[in-house]
Amino acid sequence: MDTTRLIIVAVGGQGNLLASKVLGEAALLSDIPVKMSEIHGMAQRGGVVESAIVFGDAQSTIISDGEADVLVGFEPSETLRALNKCNPDTVVITNTAPLPPFTVGLGIGVYPEIDVIEQQIKNKTARLVSFDGIDLAKKAGNVMSLNIVLLGALIQSDILPLTPESIKKAIETTTKKAFVKTNLEAFQLGFEAAKRT
Amino acid sequence: MHKLLSDNPGQKMLLLGNEAIARGAIEAGIAFGSTYPGTPSSEISLALFQISHESDLYFEYSTNEKVALEVAAGAANSGVRTMCMMKHVGLNVAADPLMTLAYVGVTAGLVIVVADDPFMFSSQNEQDSRYYGKLSGLSILEPSTVEEAKEMIPYAFDLSEKLKEPVIFRTTTRINHSTGIVELKQIPQRVVKGTFIKDPMRCVTVPAVSRKLHAKLLENIKKAEAIADSSAYNFTDGDGSWGIVCNGVSYSYVTDAVKDLGIEEKVKILRIGFSHPMPAALVKQFIKGCRKILVVEEGEPYMEEMIKVFDQEEKLNVPIHGKGDDLFSRLYEFNPAQVRQNIATYFDVPHTAPAMTDLSDVPEIPQRPPNLCAGCSHRATFYAIKQAAKGMDVIHPTDIGCYTLGFLPPMAMGDFVICMGSSVSSACGFSQATDQKVIAFIGDSTFFHSGISGLVNAVFNNHNFTLVILDNGTTAMTGHQPNPGVVMENFNLSGNGRISIEALVRAMGVQHVSLIKPYKLKKSIAAIKEALDYKGVSVVIAQETCTLFAKSLKQLKPRAFYVSDKCKNHRECITTFTCPAFSLKDEKPVIDPDTCVGCAVCAQICPENAILPLKK
Repeated sequence: MDTTRLIIVAVGGQGNLLASKVLGEAALLSDIPVKMSEIHGMAQRGGVVESAIVFGDAQSTIISDGEADVLVGFEPSETLRALNKCNPDTVVITNTAPLPPFTVGLGIGVYPEIDVIEQQIKNKTARLVSFDGIDLAKKAGNVMSLNIVLLGALIQSDILPLTPESIKKAIETTTKKAFVKTNLEAFQLGFEAAKRT
Repeated sequence: MHKLLSDNPGQKMLLLGNEAIARGAIEAGIAFGSTYPGTPSSEISLALFQISHESDLYFEYSTNEKVALEVAAGAANSGVRTMCMMKHVGLNVAADPLMTLAYVGVTAGLVIVVADDPFMFSSQNEQDSRYYGKLSGLSILEPSTVEEAKEMIPYAFDLSEKLKEPVIFRTTTRINHSTGIVELKQIPQRVVKGTFIKDPMRCVTVPAVSRKLHAKLLENIKKAEAIADSSAYNFTDGDGSWGIVCNGVSYSYVTDAVKDLGIEEKVKILRIGFSHPMPAALVKQFIKGCRKILVVEEGEPYMEEMIKVFDQEEKLNVPIHGKGDDLFSRLYEFNPAQVRQNIATYFDVPHTAPAMTDLSDVPEIPQRPPNLCAGCSHRATFYAIKQAAKGMDVIHPTDIGCYTLGFLPPMAMGDFVICMGSSVSSACGFSQATDQKVIAFIGDSTFFHSGISGLVNAVFNNHNFTLVILDNGTTAMTGHQPNPGVVMENFNLSGNGRISIEALVRAMGVQHVSLIKPYKLKKSIAAIKEALDYKGVSVVIAQETCTLFAKSLKQLKPRAFYVSDKCKNHRECITTFTCPAFSLKDEKPVIDPDTCVGCAVCAQICPENAILPLKK
């Protein structure tokens, strides 16, 4: 089976690892070979968390620079930072609501304009799907469901060998019972948002 | 029920590498586990800790890795299958018992899991622990995938019992923190109690005994080598004449690369999973069938050097390369593209690396270094010390934990750190060899781990420095494990002893001991000033529960603060305190109410008293 390589980047605390887990469980349910790798390290201390998820027959669990088929970014400047994982055929999906690092407040760096970020990604990759995922997560009922909103957009893009049904089932079995309804709503909102862009 | 106790053979489960190792241990019937937590190994012990609450498995967080291995040595010499896990640098701490336990051996399986961390994602060095195999004479097993990690653990226990000595199970971060689909096997009955049978000629290592035991160990290495030669974990793929020898995660990268380059017919791969002792006969046979050989291994040229020795012994003169300027580095971890490129270069295979995106015009993106959490009491303590030591030329030896992050600006309080416990002992050296002020930092768990002996040394040799013990009531960095000073009821456990750091420090003879509550800034600064004025060893114990831990225990009911319109934009809160709850909005400080935990330290810093609690 063909290999599809997905990178997810996020800031510690945004629920990247749970999103990866939902994808992994959905692959398991669908009998699709899957391997994942993640760097936990300082995740809880506000650093960057990167997950690599490889669907198909490849054995490697990590993804080299330039070799991601799809990049999902939970934070726009982190999506831009991860462009080294992309090539001209990569599809990029990003939340556009920024979470500036504390270094910006200290005056050590300047946060780029969102439309500059979007233009950069558009110029260098095949396709960009971008929207305010925080807004949709709040609409779904919990700002923490940003991760599932983005999964909705990812599945709508139809790059992964996974169906919306398998993801919904994985959401039901993997996420906390109290949040399943919110997460299913978040998934749908992300799915619809990706259709519009 | 814990998911790793699922007694449903054939079930497929998505598991983290560390969970797969823990499940492998359950399938091997282990009844005893000991550890000191350390990334990337921590989730193995977390799983066993949780499982021990609902089964007859005994598990303990030991004080340090040396203690953990000695505890394990006792259990495994009583006929109980035991696993002891640690990160790579932990094995340095446990090296003393390891070297002589290799002589003494065990009566039931003992597997020592050691997790190396190439690239140092969360470590202070990237040592290659395979050399501990050579140093100790013990066998080493190394899995290449998550699935194999689970399968290999029961094999490791069988091997340990066959050789009657511990077996080292070596992983790297990309095994520990990768996730894959594994198939569950049966869970055997655990043997939880055994008997220690006295055997002084094996167990009491006086010189006359050890002389015999060393000879026995050398015999055992020969036995192990014969097993390695026929082990199913040392195998070949393909039958071409281009040889590739690889181990661990490199095997996956090599497999993908050979397929991508379309050279399956030309290549023969030797995958080494049983890497100490190296399977000499198998490797020699492999060399004979190759025109040239590439060795793909992260870290040191451990296999490469051995393979060159085998080649020389057989006078085969086959070109063998691995590490080198134009090939693989001894630095950091590998990746699939790099392995593909080096295979193509070495065997002269036409290969054009995929075009990279030109990133030269991407605007600079602000860095996002990790930071102490909002409400972290370490930040408050650092701030208080900075005020108390104003104008002094201070050296800050620090230690391993969240508080190492204090070295970042604007605190910049962390000048020297080499290993667990080094803050206290290096402070002795700094204070004696300079006229600078020395203020050292150590966390509660690290203090128990290896700070105590340094402090005894400081009192005995009458050194002159202040040690700040940052007691946040847990081992925070590795995910909130217990340590000998914590309240075990927080872990829903009872019956443990609890050691008071204050009583311990006083009993050691420290004459100036003070306790501070770091959220109370004024009092803390005053107490620290007194400690700094004291000539000799003074200890400040800063007590406040880790904010993340308190939140998870629901002991913390955050009441957020906000920046009121009294703010005159001095930005002391942002520039000197750097709490991540702050950001700038329209060029003025604002507090994110979802992040703020209400520690109120910023409110005590603000020169305008502009930071106020939000009304409920």
